[in-house]
Amino acid sequence: MIELNNIHKSFSGHEVLKGVSFKVEKGEILVLIGMSGYGKSVILKHVVGLLKPDKGTVKVDGLEVNSLKKNALADLRSRIGFLFQGGALFESMTVYDNVAFPLREKARLDRTVIEKKVLNVIDQVGLSGAENKYPSQLSGGMQKRAALARELVWEPEIMIFDEPTTGLDPIIGHAILNLIEEMHKRMHFTGIIITHELSRVFKIVNKVAMLHEGIIIETGSPEEMLSSKNSLVRQFLSGDTEGPISFR
Amino acid sequence: MDFVRYIGGESIGILSRIGRLFTFLVYAIYFSITPPFKIDRILRQIRFIGAQSTLVVLLIGTFTGMVISLQGYHTLSRLGSEAFLGPMVALSIMKEMAPVLTGLMVTARAGSALTAEIGIMRITNQIDAIEMMGLNPFRYLIAPNMIAGFISLPLLTGMFDAIGILGGYLVGVKIFGLEYATFFGEINTYVWVEHLMEGIYKSMSFGIIISWVSCYMGYYTGSSGFGAEGVSKSTTSAVVLAAIMILIWDYFMTAFLF
Repeated sequence: MIELNNIHKSFSGHEVLKGVSFKVEKGEILVLIGMSGYGKSVILKHVVGLLKPDKGTVKVDGLEVNSLKKNALADLRSRIGFLFQGGALFESMTVYDNVAFPLREKARLDRTVIEKKVLNVIDQVGLSGAENKYPSQLSGGMQKRAALARELVWEPEIMIFDEPTTGLDPIIGHAILNLIEEMHKRMHFTGIIITHELSRVFKIVNKVAMLHEGIIIETGSPEEMLSSKNSLVRQFLSGDTEGPISFR
Repeated sequence: MDFVRYIGGESIGILSRIGRLFTFLVYAIYFSITPPFKIDRILRQIRFIGAQSTLVVLLIGTFTGMVISLQGYHTLSRLGSEAFLGPMVALSIMKEMAPVLTGLMVTARAGSALTAEIGIMRITNQIDAIEMMGLNPFRYLIAPNMIAGFISLPLLTGMFDAIGILGGYLVGVKIFGLEYATFFGEINTYVWVEHLMEGIYKSMSFGIIISWVSCYMGYYTGSSGFGAEGVSKSTTSAVVLAAIMILIWDYFMTAFLF
C-alpha cells in the first residue's frame, strides 16, 4: 500500500506541493492526472525517496520512506519498478544488457536463466530483433518499451509509471498501456501512473486522483470522476480551454 | 543588513559545497576499497583514462624533455656544467613535469569527458534509475573511475619519465654533441629511485583528484544550471577545479613530504 499524507514541497521558494494526500491499496493502480508542470512527477519521486518532502509523510507498505536508513531504502527500492519519463536507459549498453542489468546485479541468477527471462520480456514488449541495438539507435517508442522491459523483467511488487505514453503515436501509446494492463493482471503489482491518455487509462486503473495547484482536489473511481460535479475535474477531463483552469 | 545577509548566505553556501565535495570523496574512497569491485568497468575506465591518453602523454613528454634539455644546455654551458644536463632533465621531469603535466593533460582529455558522461547520466535520470534498482551509484559509477585514475596516472607518468628523458637525450647528445656516457652516467650518479617514486606518488594522488573532482561535478550536474547548459558548466568547472587542485596539492606535497 502507498500512502501520502499532507506532502509539502518547495523549490527555490516556489511551493509546488501544498499538502498532497492520497492512498493506493495493495494491487490497485491509481492514475494521477492534472495539468503539466503542476508537480505530478515530483509526487512520484517522493514515493520512492528520490525527493524528501519539506513536510508530511510517505508510507509504502507501512514503511515511512523519509526516515528509512540507506540500506532499508535500497531494500524498499528493490521492490519498486520506476519507468522514467525519458526511459533512463543506460546509453552505453545494448537493449539486452539494459534489460539484463537488474537481474545480473540483484538476482544473481544463472546466466541461462537470465537470458531466457530477458529474451522473453523483450519479446513481450515487441522488441525482438532489437536486442543488440543501443538506445540511441531506437525510436522514442522503442526506448519506452525497452525501459518498460527493464522494469518488468524482475517483476516488482510496486510499479511507478511516469508518462509512459508521452511523445508516442496513439497506436504505440495504446500498445504500452495494453502491456501495462496485461502485466498487472499477471503480476498484480500496486501501481501509480501519470499519463494524458485518459480514455484508455481509465479502463485499466482502479482509482483516479487529480492534482491542481499543489493539492489533490478529488479522488475516486474512473466512473466517479467522469460524473464529477467539480468544475475543475470536468474541465480537465473534457479538455475545454474555457473554465476555471487557466492554461496561461 | 541585506549586505550582511547576502555575505552570510554566500558563506554558508560555499561551506556546504566544500562539505559536500569532501563527503563525496569519503564515499568514493570507501566504495573504492570495499568489495564487490566492478572489474569490467574498472578495466574499461583504465582503458579510457589511461590507455587512450598514452599518445598525447608521449607527445607532451617528448617535447617537454627536449625543451628542458634545450634551455638547460644553454644555462649550464655558461657555467661550464653541461655534464649535469642529464640529471637536470631527469630530475625536472621525474619530480615535477611528468606528474603535473600528465595530470593536467588527463584532466583536459579524460576528466572533462567523465564529467560530461556522468552529468548526462544525471540529467537523463540514469543515476536515479540505478538508485531505483536498490543499487549504489558510487559502486557502479564513481569507484571504478577512482580506481582507474589511481592506477592509470602513475603508469602514464612512468611513460612520460622515459620519453621525456629520451627527448632530453636527443637534444643534449644528438644536437649539442654531449657524450652519451656523460648524459646517462651523471643520471646514474645523481638520480635515485626515490626521485622517481616522488613523481609516482604525486601522480597517484593526482589520479584521485582528477577522478574525484570530475565525478563530483558530473554527479551534481543541475545545481549550477539545467540540461545541456548544466553539463557544459559542470565540465568547465571540473577542468578548472581539478587543474587548480593539482597545482596546489603539488606544492604542499613537495613542501611537506619530499
